[in-house]
Amino acid sequence: MADINLSRITKSFGDYRAVNQVSLDIADGEFVALLGPSGCGKTTLLRLLAGFEEPDGGVISLGGQVVADPQSNIMVTPEMRNLGIVFQSYALWPHMSVARNVGYPLEVRGLGRAERDHKIKAALDTVALGPYADRSPTELSGGQRQRVALARCLVMEPRAVLLDEPLANLDVHLRETMQQAFLDFHRRTGATMIYVTHDQAEAMAMADRIAVMDKGHIRQMAAPETLYREPADLMVAGFVGAGAVLPISNVSITDDRTCSVRLGDTDVAARICPNFVRNRAAAHAGQAGICLRPEDVWVDDAGALRGSVEDCVYLGGRFRLSVRIGQDRDHVLPVYANRRARIGENVGLKVSDGWVFDRMQGEAA
Amino acid sequence: MQAVSRLRGFWPGMITARSNSNRSSDRLLYWLLVPVFVVSILPIVRLGFEGVMVGGVPSFDYFRDVLGNGSTWQATANSLYTAGLGTIISLLIGGSFAFLVALTDVRAKAALVFCFMIPMMIPPQITALSWVQLTGPSSALLNAFGIAPAMGSPQPLYSAEGIALLLGIQHASIVFLTLRANLRMLPREQIEAARLAGARGGRLWWQIILPLTSPGLIAGTAMAFVTALGNFGITAMLGIPANYATLPTLIYQKLAGFGPSVLGEVSVLAMLIGAIAICGVALHHRLLSKRDYRLMGMVGRPLDIRLGARRPMIEGILWTVLVAILVVPLLALIATSLVPAFGVKLNFDNYSFAAFREVLFVQPSTARAFQNSFMLSVGAAVTLVLVCLPLAYVMVRRPSRLTKLINLLVEVPYALPGVVLAIACILLFIRIPLLDVSLYGTLGIIFIAYLARFLVIALRPVMNSFSQLDPALEEAAQACGAGLGRRLRDILLPLAAPSAAAGALLVFLTAFNELTVSALLWASGNETLGVLIFNLDDSGDTVLASAVAVMVVLVVIALMSCFQLASRRLPKGVVPWQT
Ligand SMILES: Nc1ncnc2c1ncn2[C@@H]1O[C@H](COP(=O)(O)OP(=O)(O)OP(=O)(O)O)[C@@H](O)[C@H]1O
Ligand SMILES: [Mg+2]
Repeated sequence: MADINLSRITKSFGDYRAVNQVSLDIADGEFVALLGPSGCGKTTLLRLLAGFEEPDGGVISLGGQVVADPQSNIMVTPEMRNLGIVFQSYALWPHMSVARNVGYPLEVRGLGRAERDHKIKAALDTVALGPYADRSPTELSGGQRQRVALARCLVMEPRAVLLDEPLANLDVHLRETMQQAFLDFHRRTGATMIYVTHDQAEAMAMADRIAVMDKGHIRQMAAPETLYREPADLMVAGFVGAGAVLPISNVSITDDRTCSVRLGDTDVAARICPNFVRNRAAAHAGQAGICLRPEDVWVDDAGALRGSVEDCVYLGGRFRLSVRIGQDRDHVLPVYANRRARIGENVGLKVSDGWVFDRMQGEAA
Repeated sequence: MQAVSRLRGFWPGMITARSNSNRSSDRLLYWLLVPVFVVSILPIVRLGFEGVMVGGVPSFDYFRDVLGNGSTWQATANSLYTAGLGTIISLLIGGSFAFLVALTDVRAKAALVFCFMIPMMIPPQITALSWVQLTGPSSALLNAFGIAPAMGSPQPLYSAEGIALLLGIQHASIVFLTLRANLRMLPREQIEAARLAGARGGRLWWQIILPLTSPGLIAGTAMAFVTALGNFGITAMLGIPANYATLPTLIYQKLAGFGPSVLGEVSVLAMLIGAIAICGVALHHRLLSKRDYRLMGMVGRPLDIRLGARRPMIEGILWTVLVAILVVPLLALIATSLVPAFGVKLNFDNYSFAAFREVLFVQPSTARAFQNSFMLSVGAAVTLVLVCLPLAYVMVRRPSRLTKLINLLVEVPYALPGVVLAIACILLFIRIPLLDVSLYGTLGIIFIAYLARFLVIALRPVMNSFSQLDPALEEAAQACGAGLGRRLRDILLPLAAPSAAAGALLVFLTAFNELTVSALLWASGNETLGVLIFNLDDSGDTVLASAVAVMVVLVVIALMSCFQLASRRLPKGVVPWQT
């Protein structure tokens, strides 16, 4: 196992910078998810790590050892990095049986027959595919193929496991089972895992930390709860979790963690991003925004913030409303309510918490 | 153990230079380009040298003479017309066969494919001979049924279209084999997805299947065109009586003339053919480079599109075409081999096996020629496949300006008429510099010429299948720690095996009764089958020539049957006519 460090990694395809000045530090044994919209460079970043792509600039090191540094002409080939990778397309070899697919890394390392068979059996049992050892991968279902790919990656006891949207092709039920399988595997082996996905629920459920990517940049890297409660910028706030970001003009900063903002006709106490506090000029330049999560806002007829109900969904135990608010009625806020509301009904809202940050953060880049 | 394997990753020697193409194991691959250059490009360069040297001084006189001559351009136009039309015919026949056999539920596929391969094994001049015998007024077969055209009426095949038709039939198998190897790799999901999206019938074919298989189609077309361009047997047998000159026949006429300027003029004409072939191939690469139709997903079971009620009709058409292009000329050939004397009407009373007895038991050259041709063609097929796997890998996965150039140049020895390549080889190898040995008059020089000529046949199908493989398959092996050699052996070779086998088979079949290259290179004791047949025919023993040709076809069918029997022990998809 090893920690992974990327420093100012850049990779261009022609003029397009698929990965732009990315720095990441991943600790030994950590489970990190790379989350981002389609085309943001997640696969490219993973392939850079694995060694299939060479960075244009920056340094990649595994366990303290530099494996890619164009400045010093260092490029360790993928076969020498001892990283396991699970491809989105599985990449099983159709001409080999399931057992041989799984055993191939051991074959390459020149392990003896008996030891190999033993490890293959153990790996196949881990993914519950023991009885399928002699089949051809073409005769397996999508989920089974995925598990073979995982087993192949596990037998080689890699320094880190890279997974590129491994569950994208599976049905919901199988996804949950497989998520559990990944987590169990992670707990048991303590392997460093980097997991690419564009499904935020999946990332939140599994990862110790999530790196949110957009247009080749890492926007924020933090624990799931931090990402949810304290998004660094507009993109992260919008991409992770439900909620809305409202522009606000009046921020009175209480201390470097809390503040009070004017929403509608009332003052609301909210948390504020410490960086934003330090940059008071921006805070007063009308760049502030408040991120409201559904659980922070409740329907309360006495509430000063008013809006009209657009949509009402019963979630079991409570309702989720979409309420259109603001002077120009240009923001839709998801909120929870204890009673059903009519579409079009005018309701009052009470805000118990919020997160104030710089809306323009990262937009220039 | 584990620590050791991890440490390996940090071996200082493994930290290699910067660019992808410079990794240490990859650098070894580039050495492969050296023998390829020596064998297949150097002879042509040597010949080109003759074209620009007049009496030992550099000069463009030959260019002026040859390019200023109207007959050169007439022959060029004729070559383009016959090769172009022939290619279209090959594409129609070979393409429809490949699609129907690979993708639909027609019955008796193995038999269809097996039979479809046979026309290619009949030497072109024999094909031409048998068609002329078949359709002309003195046709042994037609006369046996009393339906031959009247004496004195013109032979319809002595025309540009006649040449194109026979070129088309002769090379349909090339399109067929290339395309079929390609179709085998088509994952059924992609076609099924299209059908679910509502694509049916013509739409499915035009919008999904054709674009997905276009790399194979384009590659097959390019190869058929280049083959047709250099064909001598058919253009000579049909063109010379009609006074219709193509570039290869023009070259032969020049050679027959024998003057001091022969080599120079032939060299210039050879460059002209080479240039046309390179243009064709460059066009092929342009077309291909715009499409990266890597086939994603599993190569699963083959597809069986149901033809429904139309199946018997389509099967009927397929077999009718086969009878027309295979059985009929073959029957004509057999009929000729059985007549007691050339020109005599064949009937059930006068047939005789005397010709077979003669060539089998009286003439020792027959057995020798079989042995020589067998060794040469098997040797060339095996050597070329072994070279082409890594070579195709370099060309596809590590393209550079050098590989692109070589990619175009390897086409030239195949496109040139065989005799021109033979001259080029003689010029280069008559005295090998430094070693001071001569290859002239040995089987060795024929072997080298075969390697040069057929490299491209073996290379194209393999390149084609490499460019279609999902790169993740190789990357997965790389992540498992497999170095380049291992990946080639364990992953790429088995996955490309069907294409490599198709290539090897094509090489074997074309080399087995090859004539035009060995015509100049053979020496007594070193004759090949093509030379033997040609010499017999040339000295008026057409019946004996036909008998040898019939035996060639029988031997090849027997060899193919052995393959068939061994097919269960061979990797899947290696025997091309197996489903
Ligand atoms: N080989 C390539 N050549 C040119 N452009 C490329 C190449 N690979 C990726 N790109 C471009 O780089 C960008 C990032 O691609 P990447 O595959 O990393 O996205 P991704 O985040 O994995 O998206 P998805 O979630 O859809 O898989 C895309 O805009 C893509 O078009
Ligand atoms: Mg991706």
